[in-house]
Amino acid sequence: MATLIKATQVSKIYHKTVVPVHALNKVDLSIEEGEFTAIVGPSGCGKTTLLNILGGLDHPTSGKVEITGIDITNMKDSDLIDFRLQNIGFVFQAYNLIPVLTAVENVEFIMLLQRKDKKERIARAYELLEKMSMLDKADNRPGELSGGQQQRVAVARALASKPRFILADEPTANLDSASTANLLDLMAQINKEQKATFVFSTHDQRVMDKAKRLVTLLDGSIVSDITR
Amino acid sequence: MYLTLAWRNIWRNKRRSLITVFSITFAVLLACFMRSMQLGAYARMIDNSVRFYTGYIQIHKSGYWTDKVIDNSFNYDLTLQNKVKAIEGVILDVPRLESFTLTSFRNQIKGAFVMGVDPQRENELTNVKDKIVEGGYLNQDDDGIALAEGLAEYLKIKVGDTLTLLSQGYHGANAAGLFPVRCIIKFSLPQQNNSVIYMALPSAQWFYAAPDLITSVSLLIDTPDNTDRIVAELKSHVNLDELEVMGWHDLVPDLLQSIELDNISGKVMLWILYLVIGFGMFGTYLMMTAERQYEFGVMLAIGMRRMRLQALIVLEISIMTILGVAQGIALSLPLLTYFHYHPIVYGKEAAKAIESFGVEAIYPFSLDLVIFTNQAYAIFIMAIILSAYPVWSIYRMKVVESMRA
Ligand SMILES: Nc1ncnc2c1ncn2[C@@H]1O[C@H](COP(=O)(O)OP(=O)(O)O)[C@@H](O)[C@H]1O
Ligand SMILES: [Mg+2]
Repeated sequence: MATLIKATQVSKIYHKTVVPVHALNKVDLSIEEGEFTAIVGPSGCGKTTLLNILGGLDHPTSGKVEITGIDITNMKDSDLIDFRLQNIGFVFQAYNLIPVLTAVENVEFIMLLQRKDKKERIARAYELLEKMSMLDKADNRPGELSGGQQQRVAVARALASKPRFILADEPTANLDSASTANLLDLMAQINKEQKATFVFSTHDQRVMDKAKRLVTLLDGSIVSDITR
Repeated sequence: MYLTLAWRNIWRNKRRSLITVFSITFAVLLACFMRSMQLGAYARMIDNSVRFYTGYIQIHKSGYWTDKVIDNSFNYDLTLQNKVKAIEGVILDVPRLESFTLTSFRNQIKGAFVMGVDPQRENELTNVKDKIVEGGYLNQDDDGIALAEGLAEYLKIKVGDTLTLLSQGYHGANAAGLFPVRCIIKFSLPQQNNSVIYMALPSAQWFYAAPDLITSVSLLIDTPDNTDRIVAELKSHVNLDELEVMGWHDLVPDLLQSIELDNISGKVMLWILYLVIGFGMFGTYLMMTAERQYEFGVMLAIGMRRMRLQALIVLEISIMTILGVAQGIALSLPLLTYFHYHPIVYGKEAAKAIESFGVEAIYPFSLDLVIFTNQAYAIFIMAIILSAYPVWSIYRMKVVESMRA
């Protein structure tokens, strides 16, 4: 299988405070196509920092990140935005959606950014909402949806752009256990059926249990990497 | 969809957006009202003195304008008349012989201003017939006179009575005569209303012993914009040692100066108004940007180009501005149209004070298109300048930082 993401000796040091914070220490990590991988570890261990760097949202202090062989470390801001749009799906912890757009419009929006035509946008948006069991809420705005429903729409949006992989930073952190299980099952199902690659972070044991590969971070370093 | 997005974003904070839109509406309304009143008054003032008195262009004997005496008169002969009429844009030439006189009726005596005119052409220029309040207008070779209302009142003279005039004629000749009053004319400008006597040109030339002579020719032209061109053409056609040609800017310089001064103060007021409104608009833009940092961060993260996000905000700002401006114009248009056709008339007391400055005591409103377009431009330019802030802030935004908050 092809390597999608390859991080080499990635370090991140924050100089905001008097004492510099080493959020990541020379992390080496590669993700293959079709993985369903969890980045785990206690709060503050560097999960968000790592995912942001893998997704081209932040630059490492040293080291490099290649995605499908393309080095994104020194990419120009505007090119990086386009690169993210075409290659990476994002799901954040909360407030993923544009509040004034309905569920289906939110999913459509990312395809609008890709300049897909209207027919294709609508068809795919409804198809994905159906897959995420959100068809009945298609015309509701995020404010009218529960946290779990919002995250399902966010996953639908992430899939809509047909990205090479999806990064999800603690997607279940704000959800109750039923919604958490539901969201993870849906993600796992899509991973299995469509070979969609997921990399997500969590510190929730029940979520870890669903992952096929567990990468454990501690104080900015990978301390274990288990594939089941 | 961008339009839908912008539209819905505007109404996320209904109260704030409404306040912004209405403050723009209010500013446009107030500004249009102010400007309409000012420009209306200026146009009226210029009309009063130019259109209905001096004409747009005058020809005199050289030196007459600085020394307005009957000795500075000239012969407006046929050759000259033909030259003047041949110029494109000249509609009418109105000859006048103007000088001072003493008037006397029973035991009243008063100084007055005689205007020897071609009654028909004078009427074409100044619509003097419409201002007659009593009696009938002068014939072409009438030996009577038309009296201004204020003067007639002072002299306690009526139509049909005979007025005695005493003055000095051309080259020191004695001038004396008896003139029956044919009609009374009401002028809007008090200076005119208290002093003018109209006389048919032949009578005036006889009275002042100045046969064939006049002191000025006033020209009615097709549009004021042609003034400079026609003046230049006239100057090339006449002997400038003998005659002087003046456009209305030179004929009423004091008026123009006071208008310009007033106009500046009006504009300063407008800028103050815009400044106040501008602060309000800026506050809205500031909050619009600040409270949506996280959302903007998400949009940049998932792949929305900064330019598009900036365009979205500018679109939101533009929509609010258009709504405000359109509403302002929509409200001011009928209001100003009403006041244009029903000008505000001052109360008696105020009217007297204003008329004593030589200005008519009504407030005509202008409907000049410029009034509306200028306010629209001003607000739009301001909105564009102020929207630089959100545009700049999106340009500088760091995805990770905006999403950490
Ligand atoms: N922008 C930042 N400025 C300063 N320190 C930061 C910043 N972002 C993260 N950190 C620090 O880096 C470390 C890793 O943070 P983070 O990646 O958010 O961990 P996690 O997602 O595992 O909770 C923490 O100590 C955190 O305080
Ligand atoms: Mg985190």
